[in-house]
Amino acid sequence: MSLLELSGIGRDVRLPDGSLLPVLAGVDLSVAAGEHVSIVGRSGSGKSTLLNVLGLLDSPTAGSYLLDGQPTDSLGGRRRSRLRGETFGFVFQQFNLLPRRTAEENVAAPLLYARGRDFLTRNRAARTMLDRVGLGARALSVPEKLSGGEQQRVAIARALVRGPRVVLADEPTGALDVETGAAVMALLTEVTAENGAALVTITHDLSVAALAGRRFRLDAGRLTPVAAGDALAAATSDRTDA
Amino acid sequence: MTGLLGTFSEAWGEVRVHKARVLLSLVGVFLAVLAMTTVTALGQIAAQVQQEQAEASGGRTATIGVSAYDPMTGNVPRQEWDAGVEALVTRYGLPEQAVATLAQESGLYRFPGGTQSVETRRVSPSYGPLHRIQPVEGRWFRAGDRQSLSPALVVNQDFLTLLGVTDLSTRPTVVIGGSQPVLATIVGVVAWNEGWPSTYRIDSSAGDAVTAAGGPGFGASPTLELWVPSEQADAVVAAVQTDLARLLPGAEVQAYRQDPENLEDTIAKLRLAVRAAGLVVLALGGLGVLNIGLVTVRQRIREIGVRRSFGATSARVFSAVVLESVVATALAGLAAVAMSVAIVRNLPLERWLAGGVPLVDAPGFPVSAAIEGLVAATAVGALAGLVPALIAVRVKVIDAIRF
Ligand SMILES: Nc1ncnc2c1ncn2[C@@H]1O[C@H](COP(=O)(O)OP(=O)(O)OP(=O)(O)O)[C@@H](O)[C@H]1O
Ligand SMILES: [Mg+2]
Repeated sequence: MSLLELSGIGRDVRLPDGSLLPVLAGVDLSVAAGEHVSIVGRSGSGKSTLLNVLGLLDSPTAGSYLLDGQPTDSLGGRRRSRLRGETFGFVFQQFNLLPRRTAEENVAAPLLYARGRDFLTRNRAARTMLDRVGLGARALSVPEKLSGGEQQRVAIARALVRGPRVVLADEPTGALDVETGAAVMALLTEVTAENGAALVTITHDLSVAALAGRRFRLDAGRLTPVAAGDALAAATSDRTDA
Repeated sequence: MTGLLGTFSEAWGEVRVHKARVLLSLVGVFLAVLAMTTVTALGQIAAQVQQEQAEASGGRTATIGVSAYDPMTGNVPRQEWDAGVEALVTRYGLPEQAVATLAQESGLYRFPGGTQSVETRRVSPSYGPLHRIQPVEGRWFRAGDRQSLSPALVVNQDFLTLLGVTDLSTRPTVVIGGSQPVLATIVGVVAWNEGWPSTYRIDSSAGDAVTAAGGPGFGASPTLELWVPSEQADAVVAAVQTDLARLLPGAEVQAYRQDPENLEDTIAKLRLAVRAAGLVVLALGGLGVLNIGLVTVRQRIREIGVRRSFGATSARVFSAVVLESVVATALAGLAAVAMSVAIVRNLPLERWLAGGVPLVDAPGFPVSAAIEGLVAATAVGALAGLVPALIAVRVKVIDAIRF
């Protein structure tokens, strides 16, 4: 049984003129525990929408989404939020660190929503995580004082601090230069693998996508697997599309 | 349990990070609570003082004054008056502490600097409680004082000064002159600062029969004071008037309500006005908090989205925003109440409210005003946090974290 199981997922959005725009259509995807999956696609193809559906931030308008074999469409708001916090860690393109809070406070923040021991020991856990991304010395710095690469490393520590089973990364290198991006990606892959968490990465960058065990391409809301040898083809078509 | 702790740490973190903004928004609440609490406290103190002073002269609510005079001879003979009062008290079964007598006279007192005439109020022991007289030193009259050969006196400060003593530690006495001088004992001192000596003297003492009773210096027959429930006042006035007139044939009897009847009303109105003003000020302060709360919640939409991605439930988002507002205003309220206490303590209240006369119960800061201030500050925080909290809950996560 897969950890995440999407079949026939569709997501329509209503436009201001009242018409329906299908952002996702008939998406099938399964992600196993500890697996690394990448999704490439041009801008506006629905990548973020798909990731939001995966992370229980958004609900599909068609199809079924099973998490651990359990349907997610019948979950109440409260249960859904809890499940999201327990299961997923998010890494965003714009880092989305909480402004004016130290790196340590940022990394500890997800544990504010945990219970018991995890909640009480959150600051120690945050320190450990910061050490693991090599930022132990910057624990008391605020995001405003950190470089982009450092901020994204803090975000990676934050995504992993609660021991999620899946890390969802939406263009994690999108705001970084090539070298920094590569270093951050290497770190993200390494740390998630160490934690045994699955990783779903959305990216424009084919070298980033190539790090994944399984690769997909999203085009106009449709998801298609990319064969290992097709990376170059995908790259060219992506360039011409964009 | 940890959920609650978490909400608190989150709210506290917000307050801490946004110190400047929070402080700014709280200036309004601080000032409002300060104004409201101070005004309420002062209003309550003023009302208390006013009531105290009114009762000191007119008696408690409701005090009926009764007096009689003979249109032919002037005074009603003392024995007849006493018998009439006795009969009245027995008929209505009035308790001892509800009946007081007062007779004004002037006595000749022998001070070290010479004999001087001093305004003297001869009163029954029940007069003191009825007028809330509390000596600053010594005590008020007791029924037992009537058995003493030496009449008991409760004097004011000027009297004591004339006598050349500063306190009662030397058990001061004074000779009351006249045809048959008598040595009086000072048992208490009251705080009246009239600027000239005056004294209370017990209505009768063991040596009186031969000295003053009915004597020429005694003046008019005493005024009788009856302390009755407010709602019975009118009935008592009418009954006493007819009954006493029958008991004292030929005498003109007057019964009237002598406490300031409308005082309760006036004070209630004063309090209402103060409260209304305080609420308006507080509402303005609350609007300030609400305004800044709205501005910040808009700035924080992305942050709220990020927290939702951490698994924050809508209930949690809601209570964190409300709590943040409450924590902040409650702190402002606390500071304002503390400030208000400091201000009220240091105001020359006696000069303003009592014309320099020391207050009998030096009124402390009204606890109710302090509690009211804190509750109001907290309530304003909750109310002002409500709208931003509703906005925060309605934030669509995917829109909040979209870039
Ligand atoms: N709530 C919405 N209302 C209207 N249109 C929407 C909404 N959400 C998504 N869309 C549209 O759906 C399409 C896909 O959006 P999405 O954000 O998933 O794209 P993306 O692949 O992540 O693009 P990018 O690479 O630029 O981030 C876009 O055309 C977007 O305008
Ligand atoms: Mg996107």
